[in-house]
Amino acid sequence: MISGKRRINVDIPLIVTAGLLTAYGLAMVFSAGHTEVPTPASGAWKAQIVWTVVGVGAAFIVSRASVRLIEWMAVPAYVFTIFLLVLLLVGLGSGARTATSTSGWLTIGGHRLGQPSELAKLTVVLMIARVLSQNRLAPKSILELWKPIAIAGVPLLLIVAQGDLGTAIVFVGIFFAMLFWAGVPWQLLMLLASPVVSLVLGFDARVWGAWFLLLVALVIWYKPFFGEGLVVVAANVMTGIVGPLVWEKLPAYRQARLKVFLDPSIDPRGSGYHVIQSQVAIGSGGWFGRGYLDGPQKRLAFLPEQFTDFIFAVVGEELGFLGVTIALALFLFLFLRVIRIAERANDSFSSLVAFGLLASWFTHVLENVGMTVSVMPVTGIPLPFFSYGGSFMLACWLAIGVLARVSSEGRGGTIGPLRV
Amino acid sequence: MSFHPNDVIRRGRAASVIVCGVLVFLLSAFFRTQVVKNKQLLTQSEENRLRQIPLPAPRGLIYDRNNKLIADNAVGYSIAVLTENEDSLRANMTRLRGTIAISNRQVEQAIQRYRKDRGRPVVILPDASFDIISMLEEHRIDYPNLIIQSAPKRIYPAGKAVGAFAGYIGEITEDELSKYSADGYKAGQQIGKQGLEKQYEQELRGREGAQFVEVDSRGRIVNRSGARPDIPPIAAPPLKTNIDLDLQTFIEGLFGDTLSGGAVALDPKTGGVLAIYSSPAVDPNRWIGGIPKSYYDSLNNDPRRPLYNKAIQGAYAPGSTWKLATALVGLQDSVIGFEDRMPAPCTGFYYYGNRPWRCWDKNGHGNPNLTQAIAQSCDVYFYQLGLKVGLSRLVAGGVKLGFRSKTGIDLPEEKPPLFPDRVPEYFNQKYPRGWTQGAHALNLSIGQGDNSQTILNMARFYAALATNGLSPTPHIAVAKTETTRQFELSPDQFNLLRAALVGVVTSGTAAASAIKGIQMAGKTGTAQSGHFNANNVELNFAWFTGFAPADEPKIVVAVMLEDVLFHGSVTAKMGSAIINRYLKVQATSQINTEGN
Repeated sequence: MISGKRRINVDIPLIVTAGLLTAYGLAMVFSAGHTEVPTPASGAWKAQIVWTVVGVGAAFIVSRASVRLIEWMAVPAYVFTIFLLVLLLVGLGSGARTATSTSGWLTIGGHRLGQPSELAKLTVVLMIARVLSQNRLAPKSILELWKPIAIAGVPLLLIVAQGDLGTAIVFVGIFFAMLFWAGVPWQLLMLLASPVVSLVLGFDARVWGAWFLLLVALVIWYKPFFGEGLVVVAANVMTGIVGPLVWEKLPAYRQARLKVFLDPSIDPRGSGYHVIQSQVAIGSGGWFGRGYLDGPQKRLAFLPEQFTDFIFAVVGEELGFLGVTIALALFLFLFLRVIRIAERANDSFSSLVAFGLLASWFTHVLENVGMTVSVMPVTGIPLPFFSYGGSFMLACWLAIGVLARVSSEGRGGTIGPLRV
Repeated sequence: MSFHPNDVIRRGRAASVIVCGVLVFLLSAFFRTQVVKNKQLLTQSEENRLRQIPLPAPRGLIYDRNNKLIADNAVGYSIAVLTENEDSLRANMTRLRGTIAISNRQVEQAIQRYRKDRGRPVVILPDASFDIISMLEEHRIDYPNLIIQSAPKRIYPAGKAVGAFAGYIGEITEDELSKYSADGYKAGQQIGKQGLEKQYEQELRGREGAQFVEVDSRGRIVNRSGARPDIPPIAAPPLKTNIDLDLQTFIEGLFGDTLSGGAVALDPKTGGVLAIYSSPAVDPNRWIGGIPKSYYDSLNNDPRRPLYNKAIQGAYAPGSTWKLATALVGLQDSVIGFEDRMPAPCTGFYYYGNRPWRCWDKNGHGNPNLTQAIAQSCDVYFYQLGLKVGLSRLVAGGVKLGFRSKTGIDLPEEKPPLFPDRVPEYFNQKYPRGWTQGAHALNLSIGQGDNSQTILNMARFYAALATNGLSPTPHIAVAKTETTRQFELSPDQFNLLRAALVGVVTSGTAAASAIKGIQMAGKTGTAQSGHFNANNVELNFAWFTGFAPADEPKIVVAVMLEDVLFHGSVTAKMGSAIINRYLKVQATSQINTEGN
């Protein structure tokens, strides 16, 4: 099963970029632990190194496995993931120390084993890729999309039930990105996404009204099946009404967290605290930062979660705009490389898997980095290769392993405008 | 999936564009935060982690004319904590109580101080003894937020002797904070509350400095030095006064614990206040650190009213000392000359308006002229002089001589004396049931009636008499001389006036108080107080006002004893003792300096 005789082309740019990001992240986790006041971050870097090594090792093993094997494993892995998620709900979950209070850790006998949601991000990608790659043509109607909807929807509901809004956003990102990559027309995607938009806009009657007209115009123009069109419109109306009602029911802290996204200063000691401290830390970094290890906000433990969710704020404070630009450039490089890999993949399954992994990372980076400068709401999403967290580091490197395999099995040469 | 290469490439291109666009958008958000808002967020970062600890400025010292200390700063320390919120403050104090004693009242006061200004370290013990400080130093590690601050203590080495003018300082109240908000006062600072300390508060207060410490997110001090350089406090320059501390303590000795009243000594030419005293006196050191309520109540309830400054606030009928004003008005309006006698001689009584008006001497004075009437203080003479001058001119003259106005001394507590302003309006208003010009003229002419003066104002008047009409503005702190020309007698008349006043001392009512070797001029006065003792005998305000040496006056004195049975002649002994002390001591010290 493992094709050991075939020559493996090592995708140097991918590995090197991932390696640089990991090293950068490790340096930052080390700095985050370097405080005048003892914090949980103090010894974190040691564990992080261990998990990195485990991750790299796992990546190596996975990259030796053929993509067909991975494809075969998709179904059992997915089922297992659902099983674990159900276990969490049934009571084996316990909280993690993140900016949100969720019960995302699987705990057996007092030992925290890992976060099933991390595994879910991987297996959902695999499962959707498998399902979408089975047809030669792209799905053309909502009905045809029932499978991907179900595959993403079930774990999504389980995760939302735990209260992990951040991971839910990632699933949504993966879902739409993979459908896009599979060739689903954008208008259909819009219709699919419309109830969510309707939910968000439901708070202002006039804005919602304008949106609704836009939606009807789209439906008329695109001409989906009559039944589907009706369902979409009905769904929009429903979420438009239900949205504000659900908002009332939300516990105060969740309401506060979303409101604080728009204006952190309304709750400077509670939900706004993280964002304000993060902005102060980042803003005081200026062009070149306060110096590696010397960031005062971090040093004096003003920055909460400085080694997990808000690690990018440490980058901002200590290495300034320059450091931020380098980090974002590395991520950009990684993403473009993965898009390239997806383009040149050998078969549709590999291609979809690659793009799905890209979507996952992209959503993580957008949400986590955006949260530190207050352009995205605060959720417990970690930053790939940076945030302290064993399960996540392992998952990221596993993904690298898969991508390396897809890349090596893919077409070589330079296709496309970007010579990456 | 539609896997046609063209489709794939098209989608890949779209994806690349979206990815680039989003990352550029994120980068621009960072640009806005790190470059555009850099300054503002940097300031906030400092505010987060730096706390200011105030370094108090030494208050200006107050000196007397011979550079002896009236107000000094002693080394003192306060105990304070740096705290983030009220709960942590309470917790800190509870823990501290395990090591040192803190009363419930002090806990409440500390909480009040915190609420007034949350940014400053909260003072728990404003004046901690050395024992407490050493104990806390030993347990330093247990209290990471403890700050032992230098808090210089004000002391007045002369104690009660300076009680009438030095004033005292205390912690600034909320009202004062809002009233003087423009002057940069902070909660917990000291401010002058009375006397010179209040009058010259701006000159004496100096400028507070600051020390910076670095705190962590829980508000615990992490770095005590080097976070930012200290801002040094600016000490205030010393205040030099005209007061003669030796004279002041001498006067304190004269009054002792029993006599009630006051004394003022001025330099007649410059208006410099050589001494000012009110008895019973309060030691200003008792106010420092907060006066105990029981002591304050006892002062308040004392019938001799020690909290009342008799030199500048109390107004008393001046009695015969005011006769010089009657005489002046008469002289200026050419109604009388020094040689003139009155139609009716003094037989102990003067009949006017169907009733006898007494003279103080039942035996009468015969038929004196003005000079003799001054020396013997003949009431009958002055009754007639008062009628001759007339109420309107008497009142107008009095107003011109400053008997209605404050002297303008540099003490905030001065009150204006009582005197009518215009005839007939004042009397119409005060006596709506009817009044007669004659009766009021009679009363005023001998220093009774609607006339109550402060001891200071009488001293000022006699300074004007000593300088032939140049009334000085009294000032305690050394300052430029200001005089007002209130009258001017011809040289002959002035000599006669002086001679008359000298006559009081050589052969008149103050004869027992003459000083050997110094020619003193003055006037006694014994006014009815309207108060009665246990035996229903009316008590007097016993005055003496005078200056010496008569030809080149160096000191003017006004002394008043309140609610006594004796006459001004007794007070004259005190007045002459004061003058004697000043002139003899000054002479001695001059000899000393000249001999060097």
